Amino acid sequence: MARKSPQSEPRLEVSRRKFLAGVTVAGAATAVTPPVASAATQATSPSAAPAPRVPSALPPSMHVAAAETQTPKELAQSRIGGVPGSDFMMDVIKTLDIKYCPSNCASSFRAIHESMINYGSNKMPEYLTCTHEESAVGMAHGYFKIAGKPLMTLCHGTVGLQHATMAIYNAWCDRVPVIIVGGNDLDAAHRPPGVPTFHSAQDINAIVRDFTKWDDTPVGLQHFAQSFVRAYKISMTPPFGPVAISLDAGLQQEPVKNNGEKLYIPRYVASSPPQGDTGAVKEAARLLAGAERPVIVADRAARTENGIRLLVQLAELLQAPVVDMGGRMNFPKTHYLSRPPTVVNNADVVIGLELSDFWAVVNSFIDNGEHGIGINQSKVKPDTKLISINSSELITKSNYQDFQRFQSVDVSMPADAEATLPALIEAVRSAIPNDRKAAIEKRGEAAKKAHAEAKERTRQAAALAFDASPISTARLVMETYAQIKDLDWSLVASSGNVSNWHQRLWPMEKHYHWLGASGGYGVGYGAPASVGAALANRDLGRFSVSIQSDGDLMYAPGVLWTAAKHKIPLLAVMHNNRGYHQEVMHVQRLSNFRNRVASLGGDMGPIGTSIENPDIEYHKLAESMGWWAKGPIKDPAQLGPAIKEAVAVVKSGQPALLNVWTQPR
Amino acid sequence: MRFVRSLGLAALAAGLVLGCGAAFAASAEKGKEAYVKHGCWACHGFQGQGGVTGPKLAPEPMAVEAFTAFVRSTNRAMPPYMEAILSNDELADIYAYLQTIPKPADYKSIPLLNQ
Repeated sequence: MARKSPQSEPRLEVSRRKFLAGVTVAGAATAVTPPVASAATQATSPSAAPAPRVPSALPPSMHVAAAETQTPKELAQSRIGGVPGSDFMMDVIKTLDIKYCPSNCASSFRAIHESMINYGSNKMPEYLTCTHEESAVGMAHGYFKIAGKPLMTLCHGTVGLQHATMAIYNAWCDRVPVIIVGGNDLDAAHRPPGVPTFHSAQDINAIVRDFTKWDDTPVGLQHFAQSFVRAYKISMTPPFGPVAISLDAGLQQEPVKNNGEKLYIPRYVASSPPQGDTGAVKEAARLLAGAERPVIVADRAARTENGIRLLVQLAELLQAPVVDMGGRMNFPKTHYLSRPPTVVNNADVVIGLELSDFWAVVNSFIDNGEHGIGINQSKVKPDTKLISINSSELITKSNYQDFQRFQSVDVSMPADAEATLPALIEAVRSAIPNDRKAAIEKRGEAAKKAHAEAKERTRQAAALAFDASPISTARLVMETYAQIKDLDWSLVASSGNVSNWHQRLWPMEKHYHWLGASGGYGVGYGAPASVGAALANRDLGRFSVSIQSDGDLMYAPGVLWTAAKHKIPLLAVMHNNRGYHQEVMHVQRLSNFRNRVASLGGDMGPIGTSIENPDIEYHKLAESMGWWAKGPIKDPAQLGPAIKEAVAVVKSGQPALLNVWTQPR
Repeated sequence: MRFVRSLGLAALAAGLVLGCGAAFAASAEKGKEAYVKHGCWACHGFQGQGGVTGPKLAPEPMAVEAFTAFVRSTNRAMPPYMEAILSNDELADIYAYLQTIPKPADYKSIPLLNQ
């Protein structure tokens, strides 16, 4: 791509940074011993004794043929007079067990790119070819939610980072670590003119500073080693989040020099997550133990499978209903204490665990056109006690905010919920008086009855329009489940909106059964996050399935090619409702508010909201990028057999996509 | 202003109740078209099945009086459809269409819903 190609020869200067003038590598974890061209080899290079010119009609000698067709020796050997700085960077990166590096290639990180695939043997991390930086970060986002380990991505410092920003914002809002390394050529006097100069900036990280946990611009190799390990540590300390390193092109390309200073690689030691204050935990336990109708609301509470187990313990101890807001898989959907959000309405104590927003849990707002006023009312009684355990309070920023209106709470713990739950469970156990135990047991019996009744109502609601064409979202979801239920499945993403049927009908119990959504509502997360999560599931032997919406896929469909290229098996069942459906409703409603007939312009939805005329043939799009695909499927009777076929393909190791025409929601 | 609007809506509701003849003449076929044209499908689905964004409208729609009064006067998430953008005839047609939507099978008879 022209935008990323340097327009002049690589420079040979190697000493523009005096602070690099001499380094001995003696790492605490790693020693750098890359190949270095010997002086003798350089003296006999072809440039010193060029091959004589001979008539072209004569067959070339071996020497001539080699001179014409092979890489000149001076290029085959190191021309920089030492170990490349980017080789040392790879040594640093390799200490952190980062498995993949999804990236879109660019000149500003060509040196570390070269070190990764050659010096680093393209392992730990393995470079994955992406066609868009947003896809690369989205993949890292999805990968973490399965693997629990972050990926790094390399991106061009300006235009590449600009492409990546929405995905970084999503990762920020979703509390997911991603290590973003942006190439940049700082030295204006030495960087190649033309595109590499246009694509350099004084402070590339500025564009993502408002939605990353930390960033730095190392100006030396030792600085890089410290910054990279620090960035990893910060990103992996709950609350997790993306971090950014601006990586100078000169620093990557220049050699490590020995000036008596010893380079070392700091050892990474994981930080323990922040736990709630002992006094606050005790007060929360007192309120919960004494409550008549306690409710637990969890959003990103369970970081791991153990988080689910802990939440079940707390819920059963109190026989308290649990509302899973779905930011992660927090609580088994099959458990009798799993309840819908309306259960908070009658609560006398509500405990919120890692809520992206507490206000929205206990308040309702109906947008009736009275902009910013609407119908705004509390869902809970005035004397309802609220308890919050939320590590997000520790990383709040000013410019971009992912919380809503201010909600006062009675006990506020800026702490990690999963890490605090063991202490809270013990405190609640101690706080429950003996004479309350019978009442608590009775609460459990009522919950079992309510859960069974709700299940019945949900299934009857799913039967509505079950044979409709376009296919109902309930049918879409249940036809899919029928074909995967006997596998070790993982629903890696559900973009668009299928009326939460998967959450309501699938027996989700394990942490990887549901990964949550984008976090920041940035459309375009679904496809890359699915591929990233499927990559992690592939390595664990699990079957990945996604509900893939049409609008989401069209932001950066090139990630389909990445999945095929790197043999990432994924079943993508499309929820193709042929529109940006949220906006279909918004514009329709605004038209009504203003007493005007919405102008459709020949489409189903108001002008500008439909993705039809022509209809996009997503199955052909996927096929063109190496996927097995089928569609459009409009007849519900054809859906089950098609999914069955696709499942067989995915089990053989390939990605497969079904283009299914669906009801709007 | 609110008083005047309330009076008007009351009169409209009364008119529709009295004018059951309009419901007789209503066309389910035209109603299906109007249902799509006016965006009802967007929140309630093409068969009025509802979802997270709008309640179920069919089968067995609510009484025509309540239905009409709600469409004309709601102050909830769904904005009111005034006569200027949705005529009484179209509204009656939409109601007629909703009445034609058959009841679903009992979920217990659908294997996919009993997995």
